[in-house]
Amino acid sequence: MRHILSLLLENEAGALSRVAGLFSARGYNIESLTVAPTEDPTLSRMTIVTNGSDEIMEQITKQLNKLVDVVKVFDLNEGRHIERELMLVKVRAEAASREEIKRTVDIFRGRIIDVTDKSYTIELTGPRDKLDAFLEALVHSCILETVRTGASGIGRGEWTLRA
Amino acid sequence: MQLSGAEITIRCLEEEGVEYIFGYPGGAVLFIYDALFQQDKVKHILVRHEQAALHAADAYARASGRPGVALVTSGPGVTNAVTGIATAYMDSIPMVIISGQVPTAAIGLDAFQEVDTVGITRPCVKHNFLVKRIEDLATTLKKAFYVATTGRPGPVLVDIPKDVSQQMAEFVYPASIAMRSYQPEVKADPVQVRNAVEVLLQARRPMVYAGGGVVLGNAAEPLRKLVQALGAPCTTTLMGLGAYPGNDPLYVGMPGMHGTYEANLGMQHCDVLLAVGARFDDRVIGNPQHFSVEGRRIIHIDIDPSSISKRVRVDMPLVGDVGEVLGAMLAQLQISQKRLDSQALTAWWQQIEEWRGRQCLHYEGSSTIIKPQFVVESLYQVTGGEAIVTSDVGQHQMWAAQYYLFNRPRQWLNSGGLGTMGFGLPAAMGAQLAFPDTPVACVTGEASIQMCIQELSTCKQYHLPVKIVNLNNRYLGMVRQWQQILHGNRYSESYMDALPDFVKLAESYGHVGLRIERPEDVEPALREAFSLKNRVVFLDFQTDPTENVFPMVKAGKGLTEMLLGAEDL
Ligand SMILES: Cc1ncc(C[n+]2csc(CCOP(=O)(O)OP(=O)(O)O)c2C)c(N)n1
Repeated sequence: MRHILSLLLENEAGALSRVAGLFSARGYNIESLTVAPTEDPTLSRMTIVTNGSDEIMEQITKQLNKLVDVVKVFDLNEGRHIERELMLVKVRAEAASREEIKRTVDIFRGRIIDVTDKSYTIELTGPRDKLDAFLEALVHSCILETVRTGASGIGRGEWTLRA
Repeated sequence: MQLSGAEITIRCLEEEGVEYIFGYPGGAVLFIYDALFQQDKVKHILVRHEQAALHAADAYARASGRPGVALVTSGPGVTNAVTGIATAYMDSIPMVIISGQVPTAAIGLDAFQEVDTVGITRPCVKHNFLVKRIEDLATTLKKAFYVATTGRPGPVLVDIPKDVSQQMAEFVYPASIAMRSYQPEVKADPVQVRNAVEVLLQARRPMVYAGGGVVLGNAAEPLRKLVQALGAPCTTTLMGLGAYPGNDPLYVGMPGMHGTYEANLGMQHCDVLLAVGARFDDRVIGNPQHFSVEGRRIIHIDIDPSSISKRVRVDMPLVGDVGEVLGAMLAQLQISQKRLDSQALTAWWQQIEEWRGRQCLHYEGSSTIIKPQFVVESLYQVTGGEAIVTSDVGQHQMWAAQYYLFNRPRQWLNSGGLGTMGFGLPAAMGAQLAFPDTPVACVTGEASIQMCIQELSTCKQYHLPVKIVNLNNRYLGMVRQWQQILHGNRYSESYMDALPDFVKLAESYGHVGLRIERPEDVEPALREAFSLKNRVVFLDFQTDPTENVFPMVKAGKGLTEMLLGAEDL
């Protein structure tokens, strides 16, 4: 099953490689991983999307907790949560197709952030499925480049993950 | 007062009460060696290869319970040390390794003797640090000792660039340290402890399975009390030998691949298994599918939550310091009204005695050729069971584990997790430094001993009178045994040709060498060796090259599928 793990870790050189190294050394999957400093510059927040059985998820969580740079680990699947991902897509947009693409972007509430006479660059945010659905809605051959950040996640309501 | 980074490093070691540092100099650590030269509190032991520095420091820690400290230079110094670091990591040994690094300005430029030390060692340390600013040096070393010695212990490496060791700074050693991301203190939940004792007391066939965690956690005493209060059989793993007295009637020997018949069948057929500081290693439980038994309940005490339910699902985890949890269980046992069903326990012991009656460690003696088992038995007799025994890896290691009865923790030092050939001799040096008045024997094979043989020179320099018990079977014996049993007798590259004359070799280093060829000479030779209190003695026993280690559970098989002797092949 797919899980979204939220981590707080020391904003230290090498902390990212400890986490990434753990996943590769123990053969765990990483679907995506994002990391950036928080409002407290000594802390980074990381979101890892992974998958595995309950046993594997238990091991992943425990092994992450064991890393000396990791302050907190939480499996967002354990509660209600929100997941968002940012995608940038460059598409071929010429003559007749321009209108069609523009309509699709509007339907998905995306934005066209750069335009040439042959292309659009589109920005779209949402949960993973929405981004997938948008790509499917485009005529495949018109996609020139896609850049996705991987998911960031946060719990719903007043609950917070803090050091 | 302003001190150089090098001086600060040494002062930190002093503050930590470090007695010995095992190392080898080089360009990146010259300032640190200069600081060492100008003081006399921390004694440096110059090894002949960095791997040995790590093993010696590691064994010093295993024997004494205090953290081991090693010092190596950048580049090849570090890469040579990696085997030793990984060895300590696999067995959770508290160590601090200080490595030199090229100057900060040169990092990343492929400088002379530069390697990414933090990157190379990351998967085999508990934690590591690169100190980029001299202001951080003392705190980092404090953290290193703290992390290495608390929680589940392990090696911690501190990489110090040359310029940092040269710069000056105010020296302040923090009295204590707190790290928000590292909270090793965990206390087992009293309710869970109570429940566990309840389940234990309901057992009809209880079994205690103790591992290296009992040794590391200094918990042999509460373990003994608990086992004896229960009257339950107790087995200790290769890493746990000595955690429970080896000659106690409740002791059933070691479990696992070369474990005893009674320990393995007991593990499999008990109805409540109390695992204490043990991790259900593949060499201990064999095939996990086969190991899992309907209806058997497992209680698992461990300080590391990630050890719980890693290979085997456990029913009752008790996460916490092993000694504290055992103490809490004992207290609970005292106030509980219940006792084990004595009839059931008697029946269980009858069963165990029947298994014990198979005498699985019996071997055919010989009057013409030296049996390796006989050498270890004689070693036990001659040393009165009091020696600290180190070993390498192979058949000799298993025979030492099977035939020397260890009565106290920290008496048996071996590389159980990584299985590192070359560990034995440097380990004996570290143990001898920790206990100058205790006899130290290194039980080894002619192949393993050659992996760190250069340390005979270190023994000479520091007067470390270790006794080397070389079970010389002219084979990579354990490899040959697997080839015989699993690969159709095809002895591929497992014969040790062109061996040196070990007697002459020992003599060339200024030691005593003895070559023993006949069974009747075994005991006298050992007596002679141990009477030479101030000398290193290399005992080269010419042993039966065809002997195999039994019992044996083939890799991937279940614990009950044991081969008990040549007749089972
Ligand atoms: C560094 C290292 N290389 C290879 C091995 C694999 N190995 C395990 S036992 C063994 C043979 C050891 O031979 P010897 O030291 O003579 O001991 P014996 O088994 O004959 O008692 C080998 C090669 C190992 N454990 N460590």
